[in-house]
Amino acid sequence: SFNITSEIHCRTKVRSPQHYSYPSIFIYGHRASGKSHVLHILMKELELPHAAVSCVECVSAALLYERVLTSFFGRSAASFLPRSPSLSEFVRLYRHQRSQSPAEQTRYIVMEKAELLRDADANLLPALLRLQELVDDNITVILLSEIVWEKFRPNTGCFEPLLLHFPDYSKGSLQQILSTDSHPSYSAELYSSYINILLGVFYSVCRDLRELRHLAALNFNKFCEPLTEGKVKETETHKLWRNIEPHLKKAMQTVYIREVSSLQWEQMQQTEDEGGALRGLSAHTHVELPYYSKFLLIAAYLASYNPARTDKRFFVKHHGKIRKTNFLKKNEKTSNHLLGPKPFALDRLLAIFYSVVDSRVAPTASIFSQISSLVTLQLLTQISHTDQLDAPKYKCSISLDFISAVSRTVNFDIVKYLYDFL
Amino acid sequence: MSTSSVSKGCFVFKPSSKKRKTRSLEHYFTRDCEGRESSERRFKLCEDLWNKIKAETEVLQEELNKKILDSLLDFAKKCSTTRQHCDWASKMRANEIPTAALVLGVNVPDHDMTFQSLFDLLKHSVTPHVVSVQAKECGVLKHLLKRVLEGLMDVAVDDDDEEEMEQNPRSVHCSLSTLSDWYTAKTKKSSSATPGKKRNVQDEDEHHHHHQTPPVVIIFKDLEGFNPRVLQDFISICSRYIDRLPLMFIFGIATSPSTVQHMLPHSVSSLLCIELFQSLSCTQHLATVIDKLILTAQFPFKLNGKVMQVLISIFLYHDFSVRNFIKGLQLALLEHFHSQPLSILCCKKKEALLNVTLLSGRDLETVRQLPSFIRFVEKQEAGEQVKLMTDDDHLKEACQKLIKDLRKYHKSYYPVLRCLHTLTSLLPRYPLGKQIRELHLICLEKNVWENEDYQSAMKLLKMLAKDELITSLRKCSEILSSAKSKKMKKAFTELDELLAKFKHLDAAVPETVQEEPESVTSPIRNLQQQKKTDLFQLQKTLLEMNESRRSKKKSPFELLRNEVVEFIDGLVTCHLPPPESQTLYEVCYYSSSATVRRHLNATPRTSIQTALSSPCFYLQNESLKNEDGTVSNSAPDICIAYKLHLECGRLINLYDWLEAYATVVSAAEGQDPDCDTFGKVDDVKHARFIRSVSELEFLGFIKSTRQKTDHVARLTWGGC
Repeated sequence: SFNITSEIHCRTKVRSPQHYSYPSIFIYGHRASGKSHVLHILMKELELPHAAVSCVECVSAALLYERVLTSFFGRSAASFLPRSPSLSEFVRLYRHQRSQSPAEQTRYIVMEKAELLRDADANLLPALLRLQELVDDNITVILLSEIVWEKFRPNTGCFEPLLLHFPDYSKGSLQQILSTDSHPSYSAELYSSYINILLGVFYSVCRDLRELRHLAALNFNKFCEPLTEGKVKETETHKLWRNIEPHLKKAMQTVYIREVSSLQWEQMQQTEDEGGALRGLSAHTHVELPYYSKFLLIAAYLASYNPARTDKRFFVKHHGKIRKTNFLKKNEKTSNHLLGPKPFALDRLLAIFYSVVDSRVAPTASIFSQISSLVTLQLLTQISHTDQLDAPKYKCSISLDFISAVSRTVNFDIVKYLYDFL
Repeated sequence: MSTSSVSKGCFVFKPSSKKRKTRSLEHYFTRDCEGRESSERRFKLCEDLWNKIKAETEVLQEELNKKILDSLLDFAKKCSTTRQHCDWASKMRANEIPTAALVLGVNVPDHDMTFQSLFDLLKHSVTPHVVSVQAKECGVLKHLLKRVLEGLMDVAVDDDDEEEMEQNPRSVHCSLSTLSDWYTAKTKKSSSATPGKKRNVQDEDEHHHHHQTPPVVIIFKDLEGFNPRVLQDFISICSRYIDRLPLMFIFGIATSPSTVQHMLPHSVSSLLCIELFQSLSCTQHLATVIDKLILTAQFPFKLNGKVMQVLISIFLYHDFSVRNFIKGLQLALLEHFHSQPLSILCCKKKEALLNVTLLSGRDLETVRQLPSFIRFVEKQEAGEQVKLMTDDDHLKEACQKLIKDLRKYHKSYYPVLRCLHTLTSLLPRYPLGKQIRELHLICLEKNVWENEDYQSAMKLLKMLAKDELITSLRKCSEILSSAKSKKMKKAFTELDELLAKFKHLDAAVPETVQEEPESVTSPIRNLQQQKKTDLFQLQKTLLEMNESRRSKKKSPFELLRNEVVEFIDGLVTCHLPPPESQTLYEVCYYSSSATVRRHLNATPRTSIQTALSSPCFYLQNESLKNEDGTVSNSAPDICIAYKLHLECGRLINLYDWLEAYATVVSAAEGQDPDCDTFGKVDDVKHARFIRSVSELEFLGFIKSTRQKTDHVARLTWGGC
């Protein structure tokens, strides 16, 4: 489906070992645009010597070196690598091995998810780009990325690789590719018309080939239902469309965004009649908390979203009137909910806690341990480093909806205490 | 200890290898408990009882977890079988990793037990390859991979960081391809090892598919704790191997399932096939534990209302931890046997009766001083009173009878409590509490029938509809039928008779129905006949109706209903008086709520302040005691410094503070106030002062400040 395959062909056909191929190629394109697939097929079909590496997997450079050496020279070569090898050790070992088994044709290193190389050691990416020079071998490094090359280029400059762009699939090519995995017991035409309907619904929201393939597989049984029941013939496309269309729309709201899993979706299809709505993941937002934890969370929310200067107005009995407009500095006038949570110190949290909680609470150890529990539950975030014992700082990381639900359960009207809603 | 070193410095001395002999629990128990003679036997009783309670809780936990664990196991089995299906649909989505999202509630430490049993069950019945990881061990991807590999392959995994680790020949590289290779080797080996001599190839293959590719299960104990970045990378690596390595994840979630969506972007969550499993809420869990451990006559040990209240409020207000609740129960149990010499009678009936005969003279004296016993004696005749107070043998006999009575009280208390709860939990707005523990607390406190809510509940019961009343009465009769005491059996037959009467009523009902409508509807009919209705007329008619209803004779059902309610009321007044009213209740009831609170819900700040302001409380040195609550001059340095700093404002002048300190200390040393050197700062005093100031800083009472030279800032409010 790609005309660039021939382009690579031209380069791979350079036979003479004196004439090395281009040191590095950088290929970029969106997710599921066929980058790895094309390379994989190319390498396999043409039986080229290559090492395929995913950068996510290589948690250390050592793993990368090991992979490369193993795939080119066998396992024994990799065993010579010392513990935590440096780049130069790798180069030395490679040169040594190469002298023993020289390349008959270009060797390739294919690196997937190359954008992660940016976070690796600073010298790794530039070295890989001119690895050919370093090891003096006919080797080409192919980097696959979802990000354009401009975002890679180090400040110090580096060898410029050959850039290739994989554009997104067009609707036509998507149709063509998806139609290839047709169901063995149905005709290819039927499957193709099914794909056509599917694309009609989903193309506007999703062009990811993998997702579309997944959706196609999940909903095909439903599509075939009238056929198996014998109500409709294969040729009556319109009737089939009428049957499947509302179903696909529903899939878009649930299974596409992984609200329900594919397994549950299938079960739903089997048992389903219109009423049986399965509750998705995000429907379960309720969290049961101990009583004081709820108030601690409320206090944290208030501390995060109210300016500290307004605490007096909310929590001191005879505070007098404070005008909203004159009282605040200019930058505080924008809604705090738009700006996001602000950090607060433990002292302030406890001060607010003691004034919102309705009974006298002793400052027991379990009150403090509840704060750290809230941090581990990720309802609060600790801003300062965990080593800092003195005056730790926190942020409240929950939404207004969540805190309103929590405060409802303890009969606390949180909106009354929020400066933004005054 | 000394060193051969010439230079000054700090030296580390490792403890000598031979360990100190660890003393047995029994030693600690008997060391300083009340009533030493019987302490050994009490320890034995306490241990036995605790073991019984522990076994009971374990059974309970298992039952509670059974449902969710079973469904999880089913899920795991289903996943491993669908993976081996070869039909079109499952092939199309074979690249998804099956994932179970297990929601367990906010108390994370409590999950350990659930995960342990899940781990064992999976290992036992699904797959040998299970590993569970915790967030704190997996800060970075490498560590997570390492933990997973080590857990599954049971070998040391090469980690580049640790230089001190010697080159281990068995160590392997830390990557998932190692695991995948290992898995292939493992499954191949075991399949070739199976004795299948004359099977044809296809059969062999099938066999291989079904049994030789067990899934690899990774349990993430606390999903919230994981670094999202690490988790995302790990999942995307795993998905690359899913065709070779049948992985399965279990996410332990403490908050809500939507966390998964917060942590994982769509590109990662699309690699998972998540199914949700919700465990029992912890409040329900607690209710079951209370039902099985507290509200039963099975265990002789009881908690009084206050202790119970403390334990429940720690649960509801602080931690939601059932495990802590049971720990609290254990603490109360230990304290009871430790501090109460008469707890020797807190055991099974036979043993208790035997132990009564073994009571020493001192124990009997303690019995005579028990408030409940004194009340009992006051009710007796004069001659009997003298006998009880003087004759030891007579007292022992009386005790045996009283112990029996106490047992009988418990045997009828719990069934009646349950009956009352079944009836009152039907009523609107739950006048006596929604949970049985609330009702139990009310009953422990005082006579429940004197409670206003109880009276209103009885009134409401007298208005209950027939079918509701009868179904709950049936439940009551079931409860009573399972009780074993004589009184309960009698109550059961009485209740049955009443239920039979209701049945009779059903048969007789038609006649009454015919009569009733006439009398009730006639005024309304009058109303309808009059075409013009004005307000006055309407009011009059309604008043008439009201009048007629009041004067109307009660229907047989209503009469019977009243009879039933009276019967229940009778049961309650007879069997539900608070335990304090029972003689010798001190034997079984633990009542020191302050101790429990102090141990379970510590107040560090208050303790520090107590230690500083009245050091005699902890040091238990009489000489430090001062009448008016001030600190004596001879108190430890830090207490003096603390006391002086209370008199200062927000900023404290260090020099003034030092002078004041020197004055106080000089007085303590007994120097003559008129002497020249009195209150003078010498090197030693200076050093002592500096030390106490830095100690106060360490405790968080003061901190250095740049606002003013030679000043420190106070961090607490109040004082003198």
